[in-house]
Amino acid sequence: MTQAKSLFEKVWDAHVVKSIEGGPDVLFINRHFIHEVTSPVAFQSMESRGLNVLFADRTFATADHNTPTVNQHLPVADPLSANQLDALEKNSNKYGISHWGLGHHKNGIVHVVGPENGITLPGMTIVCGDSHTSTHGAFGAIAFGIGTSEVEMVLTSQCIMQPRPKKMRITVNGSLKKGVLPKDVILYIISKISASGATGYFVEYAGDVFEQMSMEGRMTICNMSIEMGARGGMIAPDDTTINYLKGKEYTPKGEAFDKLVAYWNTLKTDEGVVFDKEYVYSAEEIEPMITYGTNPGLGIPISKPIPNPEDVLDGQASYLKSLEYMAFNVGESMIGKKIDYVFLGSCTNGRIEDFRQFASIVKGRKKADDITVWLVPGSHQVDAKIREEGIYDLLIEAGFELRQPGCSACLAMNDDKIPAGKYAVSTSNRNFEGRQGPGARTMLASPLVAAAAAVTGKVTDPRTLLN
Amino acid sequence: MAYDKFTILQSTAVPLPIENVDTDQIIPARFLKATERKGFGDALFRDWRYNNDDTPKESFVLNNSKYSGKILVAGKNFGCGSSREHAVWSIYDYGFRCVISSFFADIFRNNCFNIGVLPAQVSDEFLDKIFQAIEKNHESIIEVDIDQQKVTILATGESETFLINSYKKNNMMNGYDDIDFLASLKSEIVTFAEKQPF
Repeated sequence: MTQAKSLFEKVWDAHVVKSIEGGPDVLFINRHFIHEVTSPVAFQSMESRGLNVLFADRTFATADHNTPTVNQHLPVADPLSANQLDALEKNSNKYGISHWGLGHHKNGIVHVVGPENGITLPGMTIVCGDSHTSTHGAFGAIAFGIGTSEVEMVLTSQCIMQPRPKKMRITVNGSLKKGVLPKDVILYIISKISASGATGYFVEYAGDVFEQMSMEGRMTICNMSIEMGARGGMIAPDDTTINYLKGKEYTPKGEAFDKLVAYWNTLKTDEGVVFDKEYVYSAEEIEPMITYGTNPGLGIPISKPIPNPEDVLDGQASYLKSLEYMAFNVGESMIGKKIDYVFLGSCTNGRIEDFRQFASIVKGRKKADDITVWLVPGSHQVDAKIREEGIYDLLIEAGFELRQPGCSACLAMNDDKIPAGKYAVSTSNRNFEGRQGPGARTMLASPLVAAAAAVTGKVTDPRTLLN
Repeated sequence: MAYDKFTILQSTAVPLPIENVDTDQIIPARFLKATERKGFGDALFRDWRYNNDDTPKESFVLNNSKYSGKILVAGKNFGCGSSREHAVWSIYDYGFRCVISSFFADIFRNNCFNIGVLPAQVSDEFLDKIFQAIEKNHESIIEVDIDQQKVTILATGESETFLINSYKKNNMMNGYDDIDFLASLKSEIVTFAEKQPF
């Protein structure tokens, strides 16, 4: 009888090249994504050491963090951004790495394009110099963000050195109520565990809610694992995963695919595995969520008042600093707060399903006056689907416009910055001080809550607008 | 990028008693546009340190001439959020070689070791003692001894040990990094890669 293993352990153990005594494991990496912001220094340092790229076909480059979301056919105006994009292209060409630059039909946010092209597969190890690499865990891969030194390690050796994290399982059973989306589920979990509660752990999400969830929803969940401090999160592959992957450009075909499916079917946590930490929640408890503070753990059900300092998990000083930044008071209701900006997009909620949800509220309504709304598809493929499904026409009819793919206002490296003091409902992943622009005030929420704000101009419970 | 060896550090320290300091605060995204690793020290804590018109915010600790040194002492869950190694570059370039906190975010901690900044994790209680010592006397010297894995408040002699795995410890003490080590495993890695299903 072999030892019972968790999904995480099965995948991790299959990638350990060597264990260092009293130190980390040397972990082999199947897929490496690079983008323009965290890779140029890695190439430069690699060259200064006289090293070379070991396996160019295991690395994929896309431009996303620093790209404009309008007029992508024109030269990039910001010389520093243009310089980074240029470096990514030159480095990719020099070493024979696939490069999907600005305007390429496969271009988009790295964590959107990897899965939609079948580059991300169950059982893989996947890294990228971006903390939201955890997104790919939705496929039953071990995926996590790395620093630039580690980007250099993967380029030169296809390995990184990682201590083995502890195991956490988060189970949500039951059925989600109407108007409750995957984003609400993950904001609920983080509000329970706190922004640091899973640090040192790798999370497995289990239970009815995740089993019934689409791949897009699972990606939203795993994406935000990092927001509770977890290195990553993963969900066991099943028929939903396999059906999603079948026929994608980079997914193996025919016999090779069948062989992989047989392997993927073994990627489940065995009976009897003991996790270092377990949390179990009930789907019925979860309501549409919104954050009111400056870390993703400071979220509440949209209908509830801002809590008292003694009822929050974080230190009181940080909590009060957070409310001061947001100019909110203890006990206030979030419903009815005026909103200046709405951002639909990012690697958290920039996929087709998110646009469908947003459109479901917009249908038959108009964009509110005095509100700026940025709708940013995660990739060109998402953009094409939006048009194909008639969502584009519906949005235009309602007074909205659609921008071009990229990370955009999620981290505001390009011109998509929320001005100081303004309030934004964002479907992205971080509400840190200044994240969406210096002085910007971010409330994280689902695409439905974002749509409700976009058509009413204020924080509105989306359930009041659903048929 | 090799760094200076780290053995024993004795220095005054800069206190930042704030919890959940994320890497967007350590260095905002708009300062990540460089393609070379230089000049990041100026962007450290940019939006806490400077007003919109680039004048220093006098209330922020880095602008208070009382406080200086090679050690940053920060509240728990330091370095959460984005994986940007630029956060550690800015800390290193500013002149810090050690961050003491009662809790570090995972990716930030890894990045620190790769750059040669020691993340020394102590208990909440000991962290409070360090803050108190600095508050009492801003010239308090803190000693960080990596070989003994110990942080000491020299004025009172109070100390606490911290954990570090022997591999990373050896790297820090010798100024080695993982890239050189991994390059030495090349043939083993190539053989391993051949057996992977994808």
